[in-house]
Amino acid sequence: MNWDTMPGAPRGAHGREVLSCAEMDRALTRIAHEIVERTKGADDVVLLGIPTRGTHLAQRLALRLTEITGRDDSGLLGTLDVTMYRDDLRHSAARTPAPTRVPDGGIDGRTVVLVDDVLYSGRTIRAALDALNDLGRPAAVRLAVLVDRGHRELPIRADFVGKNLPTSTGESVLVRLTETDGEDGVSITGTAETTDMAGERA
Amino acid sequence: MRHLLDTVHLGREDALRILDVAETMSEVSGREVKKLPALRGRTVVNLFFEDSTRTRISFEAAAKRLSADVINFSAKGSSVSKGESLKDTAQTLQAIGADAVVIRHPASGAAQRLARTDWIDAAVVNAGDGTHAHPTQALLDALTLRRELAVRNGVDPTGRGLDGAHVVIVGDVVHSRVARSDVWLLHRLGARVTLVAPPTLLPVGVDTWPCEVTYDLDAALASDPDAVMMLRVQAERMHGSFFPSTAEYTRTWGLTAARVDALGPDTVIMHPGPMNRGLEISSAAADSPRSRVLDQVANGVAVRMAALYLVLSPDTPTPASGGHRG
Repeated sequence: MNWDTMPGAPRGAHGREVLSCAEMDRALTRIAHEIVERTKGADDVVLLGIPTRGTHLAQRLALRLTEITGRDDSGLLGTLDVTMYRDDLRHSAARTPAPTRVPDGGIDGRTVVLVDDVLYSGRTIRAALDALNDLGRPAAVRLAVLVDRGHRELPIRADFVGKNLPTSTGESVLVRLTETDGEDGVSITGTAETTDMAGERA
Repeated sequence: MRHLLDTVHLGREDALRILDVAETMSEVSGREVKKLPALRGRTVVNLFFEDSTRTRISFEAAAKRLSADVINFSAKGSSVSKGESLKDTAQTLQAIGADAVVIRHPASGAAQRLARTDWIDAAVVNAGDGTHAHPTQALLDALTLRRELAVRNGVDPTGRGLDGAHVVIVGDVVHSRVARSDVWLLHRLGARVTLVAPPTLLPVGVDTWPCEVTYDLDAALASDPDAVMMLRVQAERMHGSFFPSTAEYTRTWGLTAARVDALGPDTVIMHPGPMNRGLEISSAAADSPRSRVLDQVANGVAVRMAALYLVLSPDTPTPASGGHRG
């Protein structure tokens, strides 16, 4: 979860629009096809969305996967809250954890695809990998993100990326989803001092 | 939230926050790996100056499920029996490096004393002090009731209060810190509370509490409450005659099999434990499908996990956080 994109962040002035509603839609469809291709049919895939926006993105991906493969959606979708596994709990204000829902059938031996909106430092995904460890033993864990904005602080890389977005650390990436914000779109606000190509440092 | 001392000073927002966190914490109890790393490296001391089974093991289980180190301290067999004061004990815990102290004490106000002095910096969670307060018990009662109402209405309990609910609390109110904490918390969450007790077991000033008071149990039960909460008759605190005989108490204020049969279809039975079977609660009531006593125990662990997590998390970000980044 990217905390820059939490409710309360200024969303009135969207800044520079980098992903429109239609582009987001196409990116998710492409990710869904890539998941099917790389998991050879997505039969054993479990999508785990990281709250809040990752959960909604995972729902959209689940819908597309069932349309593409024709598999039913049982055991396909869940959510994974990482709050209690974060490495900055002692320094940040107390956060209310969101529910974790593992689909029926669990994750043992399945291919888990973690879904989040923005990949930045990689610390959320590190926490998610720890959280997964307590839930079971997947055959493989993959990562799908809508936006990769670079500046990784851990050796973590996304397998499926909607858009690679060069940003500076002074900028904020705002992901808006119909479910939480009333519309779809991604924009950048803030000052671009030193631009870093997304993924370069990963 | 720095300390959790009573429910009188616990606002609705904070109370709902604890209940919502507890709701997610209770998921952990259903997992194979019943552990979260949130309090790894923190030390929680259970400081118990009074006998307790369920509260102590509940706090211990809660702290351990959050990966905290737990030190159990009971007054029996400790230096307290050699005459050590609360101050010296507290300073010892400070020197050991306790991050949170869970205190149970026979004197009302002991938790406040610990929280307000400079003897110790640790967060203080009141696990029952004299006849004053027992906030985690009240919170677990509220969690149990909230979930009950949510299931009945087919909704998600998260974020909801107890608005419109009616709770009848019966028995030894005067000695009960549970009743005091329940009345204020349930009132703050929007529930209507009715206390039922013999006049001798009602405290002076009960008319100023945010609840109704009656002496007639059957009339209170006839109003079809959502829950009836039985209080333990605390014989160990009774140094006088509060009622003529236990048989008469049971007949007039006990939840007998006949009274259980007369309850409305949705009324659930709660009891903070330990139960005096045959005195304030019959086995027919305690073992009936309406009884939520074991749910209360299970919810107690979740509520205490939430309380420990929240008192050990900073209220505001500290400079070392370096911003929130995904």
